[in-house]
Amino acid sequence: MTNKALPYLLLTPAILFLLVFFLYPFVQIAVLAFAGPEGFTLSHFQRMTSHWKFGTALANTLILTAIIVPVQLALALSMASIVTRLKTGRSTILYIFAIPLGLSDLAAGIIWLAIFEQSGFLNSLLVGLGLVERPVLFLGYQNIGWIFAAVIIAEIWRATAIMMVILVSGMGIIPKEYYEAAEVFGASRWQRFRKVTLPMLRPSLQTALILRTIAAFEVFAVVVALGGTTLPVLMGETYQWQFSLRDRSVAASYALVILAISIAATLVFLRLLRVPKEAKI
Amino acid sequence: MKASARYLISTAFGLSLTLGVTAGAGAQVLFWSNQAAPIEETQAMREQVLAGFDGQVDFQTQEPGPFLTRLDAELEAGSGAIGVVGALHGELSNYTESWMDLSGLDLGVTVGPALLELGRLGTDELKYLPWMQASYVMAANVQALEYLPEGYDLDALTYDQLVEWMEILATETGSPKFGFPAGPQGLKHRFFQGFLLPSYAGSTVTKFRSAEAVAGWEMFRELWQHTNPASTNYGFMQEPLLSGDVWVAFDHVARLGDAFNQRPDDFLAFPAPAGPMGRGFMPVLAGIAIPQGAPNPEESQALAIYMMQPETQVATLRATNFFPTIDIDLPDDLPNSAQALGAAITTMTGSDDALPALLPIGLGDLGGQFNQVYVDAFERIILANQDIAQVLDDQANALRDVIDRAGAPCWAPDAPSEGPCPIE
Amino acid sequence: MSSAPVAANIEDRPRPVGDAGRAGQFVFVAAIILLCAWILVPLYLLFVNTLSSPAEVTGFPKSGLPSFSMGSVQFFLSFSGVGQALWNSLLVAVLTMVFSILLGAPAGYALSRFEFPGKEIFRLLVVMTRAFPLPLLALPLAVMFIRTGLDDTALGLALVHTVLALPFAVLITFSLFAGIPVELEEAAWTLGCNRLQAFIKVILPLVLPGIVASAVFAFTISWNEVFAASVLTIENRTLTAFLVQNLNVSPLHLKFAGGTALVLPALIFIFAVRKYLFAMWGIANR
Repeated sequence: MTNKALPYLLLTPAILFLLVFFLYPFVQIAVLAFAGPEGFTLSHFQRMTSHWKFGTALANTLILTAIIVPVQLALALSMASIVTRLKTGRSTILYIFAIPLGLSDLAAGIIWLAIFEQSGFLNSLLVGLGLVERPVLFLGYQNIGWIFAAVIIAEIWRATAIMMVILVSGMGIIPKEYYEAAEVFGASRWQRFRKVTLPMLRPSLQTALILRTIAAFEVFAVVVALGGTTLPVLMGETYQWQFSLRDRSVAASYALVILAISIAATLVFLRLLRVPKEAKI
Repeated sequence: MKASARYLISTAFGLSLTLGVTAGAGAQVLFWSNQAAPIEETQAMREQVLAGFDGQVDFQTQEPGPFLTRLDAELEAGSGAIGVVGALHGELSNYTESWMDLSGLDLGVTVGPALLELGRLGTDELKYLPWMQASYVMAANVQALEYLPEGYDLDALTYDQLVEWMEILATETGSPKFGFPAGPQGLKHRFFQGFLLPSYAGSTVTKFRSAEAVAGWEMFRELWQHTNPASTNYGFMQEPLLSGDVWVAFDHVARLGDAFNQRPDDFLAFPAPAGPMGRGFMPVLAGIAIPQGAPNPEESQALAIYMMQPETQVATLRATNFFPTIDIDLPDDLPNSAQALGAAITTMTGSDDALPALLPIGLGDLGGQFNQVYVDAFERIILANQDIAQVLDDQANALRDVIDRAGAPCWAPDAPSEGPCPIE
Repeated sequence: MSSAPVAANIEDRPRPVGDAGRAGQFVFVAAIILLCAWILVPLYLLFVNTLSSPAEVTGFPKSGLPSFSMGSVQFFLSFSGVGQALWNSLLVAVLTMVFSILLGAPAGYALSRFEFPGKEIFRLLVVMTRAFPLPLLALPLAVMFIRTGLDDTALGLALVHTVLALPFAVLITFSLFAGIPVELEEAAWTLGCNRLQAFIKVILPLVLPGIVASAVFAFTISWNEVFAASVLTIENRTLTAFLVQNLNVSPLHLKFAGGTALVLPALIFIFAVRKYLFAMWGIANR
């Protein structure tokens, strides 16, 4: 087994699998987006972009991602640091932190709707404490800011755990000697975090950011649960065209837009957090 | 690694073949439905309606996405597991070509000729059996009646009176108390197509952008001032009615039933209001169709016939709040929801100024885009507060595009047309 | 499960030993308590609503305490076929877990250790898998499955779920292998190990917790997936396809009970494997 062939051999199972179960159906759909009665056409894309909701849906999706992902990164880093610092009760705390890993977006939408709705838990608390006289309407269509906030909170609650678990695993393999050496030189806890943890964590950070950002572009179930149709997002429009408007070509165009911004984001993270060749440190 | 991949794939196909054979062996009919989807109704359908069928039924309800995807896939593959499809008129018309002709079936019951006409989907064959019907009505919390102005009759209310009542209600109680199902699961488009526009313009399509239609939208904009803004999240009005967030609401009877069954004394039902042209209302019709590639057509047909029998139809009413499509006398011991809501429908359809609007006919798979025209008009006029005449002009173009592509002639209340229904 | 006892537990724990001062300690413990509450309180509220009567679920104001009314729970327990559906869900989820690790880990290792032409293309292919909406893929996949006989099998659904889980497996294992200095492997080679032995004896123990984490994640992806499950299983329904596909249009009290039915098994599963998330910590801390 030569070193040249080895990587390809290792990739073969995954490639074969993806060819059959992803690429084959994917090409069928991608073709729909460009196929018209007379061959190649951009009319489906024109139809998509000329619809009055397209711009809003794109903007909302990007804004949500731009707010959610950085907050989650900060939160996941703090949680991972806390867990690795703990000497006792570590697995209990890790378990609690990891709980949202098992929650679907469907369940998360149900939970946070129960909190934010007009006769929900948050209003019960506010009225009970006498902070407001009557229930506040958080999720009305005029309060788009509140809907945004509710979606952001729910998404952060639901999807931070995956980043945290990736970062915890990444921190676990940083050799202890580096910290000891840093301590010998009198580095503070914060300095050690910045000079040792963060650089060593680069591959995990990259993975966590890529996976989380892509998922954020597909945000849907929580948005529908909390915002109804008030907050159009790309994934929601894809559903709308595929299943309500029954135009699979425009739906495919939306899906390709989601794909394009995901790939763009991935390339940015790959560039920004370039992992040194063969991880020589 | 290469070997393991090959092994995986060959086992995959080997396993699937054996499993595939066992799955095909049962004579169970798969009843694929997007009606009776709320989980309690699904259970009631299984336990109370289908248990009496002389054969095995697997009643599966689905959200629109999986429902359509599975159906599309089976029709494209030319074979599959679905034996019987239960869906609304508009959804069944998406697949007109794919349904088996059911006109030869001996049902042993009388179905109204108007319903059968809808079931032909514009062809010579009976494409679906009219399975169950319903409509939309108003529901009110009895507390709201204290604020109803003197002399107003709930059974003969006009939209202007409703606006006035809701204004009083909002002012006196301190918050808007009208509710409207404008959420993603809500059936708002039917209100505009079958209630608002017929009542104001006497038309659904032809007078889409007439001055009368503008007046209707102006009224609705005013009503919206007294509407709970959370309405954009509501799908089923029974929930906000029960929670007290809303005191008066418009919705499909099947989506109000829970309120009437949970607290029978707290709610009452009444007809949709009337406009200058009359009391516009739209029926809801669900049908049963059999795909041409159904695995076991005889069993499917037997199930379709069973669904049309008087006992089954009454049981279906109890389970779903959808009413029978056949000529029968209903028993006296129906649940409160069926009694209250059924009475409201009867009052509405029997009123002097009744103006029935039919379900869209001949739109084929453009039904969704047709609905979207009305929903977009609503979102732009009411939610985005854009100029009514301007929006209606824009949307009229979209509407004309849909109607022309489908080549659909007018349907009631619009006057019959030669060729695609015109928009003035 | 209530948030209060858990919070108390944390306070009972011995304070971590560190070099930070008393104030630092306080902030540290407070942060843990806050974060735990942030995660547990919403879950607690879900359970409260599940254990409340329909009238309480729609009522206002809410007490925030359960009344232990079991109506909604019983409704779900009375479903016939829950046991079978639970078994199908487990089967599909375990298959997904196994497939995604078997296919993903070798790829992750290759990405971390080699420079080769086509590397970036493969990475993008993996990312695309995750970035393309599954509900659109479901139609061509369903047609393919109906034609090949994979339709309505646990295996077929597991293959689709593997498409969803594979990017996680590839990228997470990649980041783990990339985090391990290649010198460690080289040292093993000089001590007479061949590549495979070095991998098994040196690298694998280090990355095992991370692999377990990504396997757990593959499991929960499969467990929670509704769309493909609803389309691709008919007689062999998974629990999600069986119970919760129509939660969105169901009355509130059943929504919450259904949400709990969805959440609880996943919580138990993560609890069961929690120690593996840290199993090799001692080795990692060398």
